[in-house]
Amino acid sequence: MERAGIPTALLCNLTSIAERVGAPRIVPTRGIPYPTGDPSLGAEAERAWRRRLVERGLEAVATAVHKPTVFPVDQESE
Amino acid sequence: MTRVVHYINQFFAGLGGEDTATVPPASKEGAVGPGRKLAQLLGDDYEIVATVWCGDDHAAGPEVMDDLLALVRAAEPDVVVTGPAFTSGRYGLACARVAAAVAAEGIAVVACMHPDNPGIDEAGTAPVVASGEVARQMGPSLETLAAAVRKVAAGESLTADDGRVGKIPRRNVTVDQTSAERAVALVLARLGGDREATEVPLPRFDQVTPAQPVADVTTALIALVTEGALVPDANPDSLESARATRWLRYSLDGRDVLPAGEFRSVHGGFSTVWANEDPHRIVPLDVARQLEGEGAIGTLHGEYLVTAGNGTSVGNARRFGVEWAADLRRQGVQAALLTAT
Repeated sequence: MERAGIPTALLCNLTSIAERVGAPRIVPTRGIPYPTGDPSLGAEAERAWRRRLVERGLEAVATAVHKPTVFPVDQESE
Repeated sequence: MTRVVHYINQFFAGLGGEDTATVPPASKEGAVGPGRKLAQLLGDDYEIVATVWCGDDHAAGPEVMDDLLALVRAAEPDVVVTGPAFTSGRYGLACARVAAAVAAEGIAVVACMHPDNPGIDEAGTAPVVASGEVARQMGPSLETLAAAVRKVAAGESLTADDGRVGKIPRRNVTVDQTSAERAVALVLARLGGDREATEVPLPRFDQVTPAQPVADVTTALIALVTEGALVPDANPDSLESARATRWLRYSLDGRDVLPAGEFRSVHGGFSTVWANEDPHRIVPLDVARQLEGEGAIGTLHGEYLVTAGNGTSVGNARRFGVEWAADLRRQGVQAALLTAT
């Protein structure tokens, strides 16, 4: 998709694999079975976490990159 | 005189680049663009009687093949040639599909693209010969192609010596050494410093040039896509849970949430308990809609695209990516959020 000109944020847990296969924009998530969630949180906190992941993804697709780049979500602001 | 029909894309037909990637199938008598050089290389015994082309986005979509085949058939070819497509994904997909369809009709055909082209596996039984990576390598690529055209026109099959790449149908042969002897020979070769020797080549990962960023997400059309196999609860289109061969689309129009019980993941590669408790853990529609309402996302695309990324072949995964990109581009989508499990 990136090659065809569509900047694509890959939200995934296995960032090392994502980097190795050359995904240009990577947002790390917390677990394989729930990329945009975290069942250990309460409902409101989980939704807030999901929102931050999506916001980070939006920042990633709006940022120029030249190689596989990880866009971590700031864990401090939780 | 051998009648040759040549398939190319809109760019090599001289119609333009991405701005004309949606032009419909069309054809013209004679050689066009790279076909002129190919005709020279083929010499007087061959004539490129027609050139067929289609825009890349259109060609990678559904239901275009009948139109393309009708144009090819109308020119009554003895041999059909597609490409060279280099590493261009949508163009390669079209070249491979045209070649596969033509081969299925019993017409001699050869496609030409780089071995890393994501379309290559779509060629089916049709032979593919290697081009260079980029159009700068047109000259040597056309020489390989011309030699291959002569062979297939003569009814001969192509081998790796002709530059053949992609799926080469397996044939049973009898070898002199047992598998144990061959395995030891490979170990010895490796100990001797040969890192390439193998009887089973593995897929390679190519380099991806990142897309230009979106200038302003607050005015952009953004799509949600996933390999997390989230589908309506009854899985109405029977998405596979592993080794997926296809992808699906589901409407998000009028939806603000994906309720548990209405959607579930059929992915076979992880426990879907958490996904089924709250489908937004796979497709984050709830917060994406919220961000759209607040103006942080211009518009959310009206459907999400989905497959199951579980033991998926690299070839199929590449094809899904190419098809997703073409589909999204046709609908004006400027960026995507891809959730992966």
